Amino acid sequence: MRLGQLPGRELQRRLQGDGLTLRTGPFGFRLRSPLPLVAQGLAQLYAQMPLIDDGRFIDFSLDIQHGSGLHRWLRPQACFRFDGQAVFEPLPAGHAYPLLEWAMNWCISTHAHQYLILHAAVLERGGGALLMPAPPGSGKSTLCAALALSGWRLLSDELALVSVSDGRIWPLCRPVGLKNASIDVIRGFAPHAEISRVTQGTAKGSVAHMKVPDAHVARMDEAAKTRWVVFPRFQAGASTMLARRPRADTLVELARNAFNIAVQAEAGFHMLADMVEGAGCFDFRYSNLPEAVASFDCLAGGELLPAGRLASTADPLAQTLVVTP
Amino acid sequence: MTDPDRLAQLLGRTGDRWPSAPGDWELLLSQARRARLQGRLAITALAAIDQTPAVPGADGPPGVGLPAHLHSALKVCEQVAQGMRLEAERLSAALAQAGHRCVLLKGAAYLCASLPPARGRLFGDIDILVPQAALAPVESALMAGGWISTDQDAYLQRYYRQWMHEIPPLTHVKRGSTVDVHHTIAPPTSAFQVDGQQLLAAARPVSEDGRFWMLQPVDMVLHSAVHLFAEGEFDSGLRDLLDLQDLLRHFERTESDFWPTLFARAHALGLTRPLHHALHHAERLFEPIVPLAHQAAARAITPARLPRYAMQALLVLALRPNHPGCDQGLTGLARWVLYLRSHWLRMPLSLLLPHLVRKAWLRRFPDGLLSPARAIPPR
Repeated sequence: MRLGQLPGRELQRRLQGDGLTLRTGPFGFRLRSPLPLVAQGLAQLYAQMPLIDDGRFIDFSLDIQHGSGLHRWLRPQACFRFDGQAVFEPLPAGHAYPLLEWAMNWCISTHAHQYLILHAAVLERGGGALLMPAPPGSGKSTLCAALALSGWRLLSDELALVSVSDGRIWPLCRPVGLKNASIDVIRGFAPHAEISRVTQGTAKGSVAHMKVPDAHVARMDEAAKTRWVVFPRFQAGASTMLARRPRADTLVELARNAFNIAVQAEAGFHMLADMVEGAGCFDFRYSNLPEAVASFDCLAGGELLPAGRLASTADPLAQTLVVTP
Repeated sequence: MTDPDRLAQLLGRTGDRWPSAPGDWELLLSQARRARLQGRLAITALAAIDQTPAVPGADGPPGVGLPAHLHSALKVCEQVAQGMRLEAERLSAALAQAGHRCVLLKGAAYLCASLPPARGRLFGDIDILVPQAALAPVESALMAGGWISTDQDAYLQRYYRQWMHEIPPLTHVKRGSTVDVHHTIAPPTSAFQVDGQQLLAAARPVSEDGRFWMLQPVDMVLHSAVHLFAEGEFDSGLRDLLDLQDLLRHFERTESDFWPTLFARAHALGLTRPLHHALHHAERLFEPIVPLAHQAAARAITPARLPRYAMQALLVLALRPNHPGCDQGLTGLARWVLYLRSHWLRMPLSLLLPHLVRKAWLRRFPDGLLSPARAIPPR
């Protein structure tokens, strides 16, 4: 059964009772919350997610509760609790939905060390995974959302789960977080995309989440091996540019973007080395989203230097490639 | 799983039956995380998993379910232990340069001496013991090594230096590790006035190279007991009690005349009360531990009836994981009474009242009256 098939007010009833148990990627979550924004967000963004039957082991039980004492009514708050204690400082009640998403990220990145967890978006095409690690503000999520709407299968927007046992990346299939200007950019890019209400004034500015296409959720159990590692950077007015990047440097940068590289110790280093060795490594700069998507199509098709479309620059080693209109 | 002492029993007894319901395992895992015992749960449960086919997740896809959580917990423990070992070596080197011994206490000692409580344990600060007269030179030596007192709050500095058995925590400027430098094992203002010099005189080298030292076995047990008994916060109370059980079981095998020496030392240092309570609760939650031949000596350190019963009742509640699944109405009150009591033991009322008022005020208004608490921006 899927979340969207729950009848009537069953979703609210479960969230306010023993909890709503759903699976996203390899993880079972039990969510409890009396806040209407949480129910509303889940109903809109997680409709395709499978529910978990009673009596199965659930990985993470988390609560998004009302603020305590006067904060129930006065400047109402939303509080994330795990193992019976508050984890973050309370946020305004209006931020309850993004708080839930951040709380779920926290649960995974602090406990699931069966994966090397990278702060990166992951998409798949033709069986190969595209890994896009990037600091906030780099336009990673915008690009990720656009690619997910343009023929690439979304594995994850925020946390890349690299299995310690076989090095493959496992889908998480949670909604794509969009911030500030990128919300309207994606609305303009794909008017049919399902985007949640916008939460204003969070620590990251205005945030909204985009629903993962149903067909991608249906393939939630298909892992993929890394074929490309691309570091995207949005730069207003810049021409689209894809440039090869040294492998050693890519490894160091990936390690910097790993949540639990210290926990994985030496094995984690070897995992990253294997990953980089088998993948094409690039820097990517863009300002025009359709053009950016087109260059990833070329990357997937293996046509990095086809006549007329992608041409080499003056770089003598032909390591830098630009998209020509 | 409704018994709030279930986690304690599973970890502290041999041959207890593990639950089979997934919900019970979720609760155990959650309580263990809260009590900082997830590594210990992992070691004990993984050893039992072979005989327990009903463990949920064992038949699922690899890397999912309960076994994944247990292995993850172990990985974290290994990482923390490795960091602790490295840091202890650096600390020892910094002390040696200034001619001081590195006498480790509690967790760091268990780890560097490879004692049983170190298995699956999470380590926090490094605690060391130095002569009171050497506090200033040791602090300088550690400052040269990069460990400095980061909280320059004048009140805190004076509180520690004037009344406590340790100086304010020293934190490494680059690596962030914290060292607690003690000159004895209980506040000099408290009911337990232990002469640190006596402990140091009996300390033993951990290995021949003399890099690390530790208290002699009976003192290690008594320190663990006094820590458990005089602590104000019980988040790791159960962990401390398991440490103590491990130490007793280990030393009664490796030390000759261990039990008589332990009781004699408790009398000599004035620590019979903490030892009584520690033994009582270890036996209540885990298994009988004092051998028959020494039970008369154990009975001889039993305190007067009224304070004993009160303390026993409070500790029954406080030694449970601080988790909603274990709370039974009075647990919060018991924790609060023990918190007050720990301060009561620590100093006379004339010092205590202003101190508690100040702490309560700062907890409510950490940055002064006007600045609101800031949210930690989540990723």
